[in-house]
Amino acid sequence: MPRLSYRKALNRALADELARDEEVFLLGEDIRVAASAVTAGLLKRFGPERVRDTPLSEQAFTSFATGAALVGARPVVEFQIPALLFLVFEQIVNHAHKFPLMTGGQCAVPVTYLVPGSGSRTGWAGQHSDHPYSLFVHAGVTTVVPATPADAYGLLVSAIRCDDPVVVFAPAAAMELRAEVSDPAPVPLGRGRVHRTGDDVTVVAVGHLVHDALAVADELAGEVSVEVFDPRTLYPFDWDGLLASVARTGRLVVVDDSNRSCGIAGEVIATVVEQVRLHAPPRRVTRPDGAVLPFAPALDRAVQPGRELLRQAIAHVSKDG
Amino acid sequence: MSGADPIRLYRTVRLIRRFEERAIELVRSGDIVGGIHPYLGQEGIAAGVCAALRPDDVVAGTHRGHGHVLAKGADPGRMMAELCGRVTGLNRGRGGSMHAADFAVGVLGANAIVGAGGAIVTGAVWARRRRGEDLVGVSFLGDGAVNEGMLLEAFNLAAIWRVPVLFVCENNGYATTMPVADAVAGSISARAEAFGIRASTVDGQDPAIVHAATAAALGRMRADGGPEFLEARTFRFDAHHTFEHAVRLDYRSPEEVARGRSRDPVQIAGSRLPDAERAAVDADVEAVLEAAVAQALAAPEPDPATALEYLYASGLTARTGGG
Repeated sequence: MPRLSYRKALNRALADELARDEEVFLLGEDIRVAASAVTAGLLKRFGPERVRDTPLSEQAFTSFATGAALVGARPVVEFQIPALLFLVFEQIVNHAHKFPLMTGGQCAVPVTYLVPGSGSRTGWAGQHSDHPYSLFVHAGVTTVVPATPADAYGLLVSAIRCDDPVVVFAPAAAMELRAEVSDPAPVPLGRGRVHRTGDDVTVVAVGHLVHDALAVADELAGEVSVEVFDPRTLYPFDWDGLLASVARTGRLVVVDDSNRSCGIAGEVIATVVEQVRLHAPPRRVTRPDGAVLPFAPALDRAVQPGRELLRQAIAHVSKDG
Repeated sequence: MSGADPIRLYRTVRLIRRFEERAIELVRSGDIVGGIHPYLGQEGIAAGVCAALRPDDVVAGTHRGHGHVLAKGADPGRMMAELCGRVTGLNRGRGGSMHAADFAVGVLGANAIVGAGGAIVTGAVWARRRRGEDLVGVSFLGDGAVNEGMLLEAFNLAAIWRVPVLFVCENNGYATTMPVADAVAGSISARAEAFGIRASTVDGQDPAIVHAATAAALGRMRADGGPEFLEARTFRFDAHHTFEHAVRLDYRSPEEVARGRSRDPVQIAGSRLPDAERAAVDADVEAVLEAAVAQALAAPEPDPATALEYLYASGLTARTGGG
């Protein structure tokens, strides 16, 4: 079976959608030379009208994409750095997201915001290491965090075809993954995936942390039977899929690269305990409250959710009840 | 383009004037909640600019945006219904005064965030021109917007990508209560010129002058594609927002207001019509607005069960907030 890298999967999704739909175009900084590698080869194939390199004017080019979408285009905006989403939160949340309702359904804003390399890249320090997907969940903007090359392809394709704004976070820690993918296909938004079935505990893992969860589940095999649930889309969340899993296992741990307060882990736990009587209090493994990733590698790792904390959380929920 | 029809210009300024006066009555009666930002005194700009536009051209307005929407051709009855929050409104009662939009006539929406429209209309015009259409766009903005970074970024994008957007700065002298002299370093038009954008400054109280300047700019823009900038000097006759009718803010002297109001676009445009013709326009406008108000007040209010309708164009339904 052919092997596909996560980065190449994003590249292929962009190329396939550019080829399929004339209304798709790309905007972003240094995309003509593919600084993040996800636009490699696209300038040559599709030309500078559809692979538009931008000046360092994130707010203007994000709103430019909104305007183009209002008249039927399907822009994909690449952001080199996850923290740039703070700068354009206004343009995405206060404009793009709100226009359909505020105009009484006169328009759609089908823009895809792509962040290749979200979260820690190790050594990129405080202003280049954020993972702000929970902010967009809170705002009600469709938000996806693919964990695998197949999902990176399939979710990016679906994001581009979606009539609403969609933010696609491609975690830095997943960008170098390779997997056997025979036939890349669209993956529906809002549908999770059980990566590994288990009977004792449901671990919800977001993005690159899916692979940590799978590794820990492997280690614990024989002691605890862990089911790993990857929501893939954080908004809208696949509550039915998760509730079906937790209804069987009765125990829940969430591992999430958000800051703790108001992160998606809190929402997952709240929604589950509203509807399911668990055998033990649920646990979450997250970044600390108010996290700023320090530069030194040991410090950077110390504030990210890791396998040791996940093992402890699984042990806690397995023991209780 | 030939000079604008003086009857049409007068009709538009008169329509906006009376629309705003009727809307203020409805604010006072409680039929319009949240108040409005009256366009009174600035009517000549929307009338003059929009008279030079084609139906397929697009505009983006501001929080003080009723004039832009009406001058581009939106139905006054549906606009008034929108202000009253009725289902028959342009936005089905979901937008109100600050977000009125009518895509069918090229109004991409008023925008309540100062300086936000410039890049949006630039993107819209660029995307449609990529399909071979030769439209242009207008971004209306106030003097306050020239201090917003995202607008200056939009000037740059429109200029380097040669997108034909006319940035129309309605300089009424105040950003809410902040005088231009205290807020703007250099000059307003120099902001645009710094990006290589051709800029001119005109008397915004005379719709014929605004029209002529707009027509000249659009002619150049349609021919060679780049953006231009038009500063229209004007005076806001009424409050920044109708809340000022109850809470007096001390920033303009009575003398300054009297001086400003002495140059009235309705009088300037009206003086060019024979009395009988002017009276006929006035009667027609009154009838249109009488019907607009009556229709708006008779229209049903939206069903609270539909509060989240239109939130997602994809058909996604949001979880509700209940327990």
